[in-house]
Amino acid sequence: MPHDFSDGESPRKALPSEPELRVKAIESLLIRKGLVDPAALDRIVDAYEHRIGPRNGARVVAKAWTNPAFKAELLRDASPLLDGMGLSGRQGEHVVAVENTESVHNLVVCTLCSCYPWPLLGIPPSWYKSDAYRSRTVREPRKVLAEFGVDLRPAQDVRVWDSTAEIRYLVLPMQPEESLGADEEALTEWVTRDSMIGAGLPKRPEAAL
Amino acid sequence: MTRAMTRAHDMGGRPCASRIAHPEPNRPVFKKEWHGRALAVTLAAGALGKWNLDASRHARESLPSDEYLSFSYYERWLAGLADLLVRHGLVTGKELSDPESCAAAPSLVPGALTPGEVFPVLQEGSSSQRDANAAPRFRVGEDVRTRHPAANALVSGGHTRLPAYAQGRHGTVRRVRGAHVLPDSNAHFLGEAPEPLYSVRFSARELFPNESSARSGDEVFLDLWESYLEPA
Repeated sequence: MPHDFSDGESPRKALPSEPELRVKAIESLLIRKGLVDPAALDRIVDAYEHRIGPRNGARVVAKAWTNPAFKAELLRDASPLLDGMGLSGRQGEHVVAVENTESVHNLVVCTLCSCYPWPLLGIPPSWYKSDAYRSRTVREPRKVLAEFGVDLRPAQDVRVWDSTAEIRYLVLPMQPEESLGADEEALTEWVTRDSMIGAGLPKRPEAAL
Repeated sequence: MTRAMTRAHDMGGRPCASRIAHPEPNRPVFKKEWHGRALAVTLAAGALGKWNLDASRHARESLPSDEYLSFSYYERWLAGLADLLVRHGLVTGKELSDPESCAAAPSLVPGALTPGEVFPVLQEGSSSQRDANAAPRFRVGEDVRTRHPAANALVSGGHTRLPAYAQGRHGTVRRVRGAHVLPDSNAHFLGEAPEPLYSVRFSARELFPNESSARSGDEVFLDLWESYLEPA
């Protein structure tokens, strides 16, 4: 059986102690060696700051709320559908949509690292990546949800999805009754990032108050 | 104990009294500028193709537990990246401490990610699904038991995706998700070794019998590879 790591001198110990300087040191070295292009780094940051974020997921949810055939297909086999909308890609190659109902509330976590459906929701918020969320969510999801201000309905069981493989989960929240009749475009404003993780519920957009 | 066996990263179900710092506004996406740079440099270095996603996760998990637990999220990424860069011969430890010690390359190396490739590469992603070379061993509805302990069967102390809280537990197969690359093999460059992947349902009370807040209908679903499972 091959052994894994030897306890040799650790390369990371050669780096500065301040994280900003540490990333700068790695980045400058890789640029100097021609291994990365600084303009490509700018493009990556820009992509996740401006192009890939929770608006994408909100479009999918709003479409599912207004189009029963789309919703049925989303729940049956989401990935081809999302591919067709240009919403697949890195960390969202295999997406499964799970529906909240009167009897089930879904909540997504990654206890081993921080797996998250990037093409639909962007880069995960800090709390999703926190040790506390990763520890507590599988053991006591009801307490976590209560802390988050999510009131479960009396008949709702809690279903936690631990993202242990490359399957990424999108929660399809229940449409709020007050939003019935709104069109797809308006509905995207009701869909919060947290509601697509199961860590929140959709809510009336502030601008509409 | 070797560092790879500390499993500080395997956090599910660990007693933890901390409140979760929730909510958080959608913006800024990167709370500090260096967070974005850390993510970008990790992705761009990964695009050189010297390692895979499983190896990258394993590099972070292999940090000594005191470092893993004291590091912030992107510091874990940076530490994992530094180890991978040296291990795969892209840089030396000496160069990391003194970047001026190496000659500046005249141009970008072949295979390095160019700005024009960024969005297509992100949009393309990298599927972990492979053609199945054998029929799945388990059927939907079948009862299974997970491996105990949750350990890599190929490499001592190696990478695995069965969390400890779910080791030796009874569950039911609810979906067969096709054959997927096996992280336990791929993280150690032993080949992709695809295996059928199953969505397995566990009762919350089976996993956490002493947790009083769980109701009888509460469930936890995990995606587990065939070799993690045996018939119940």
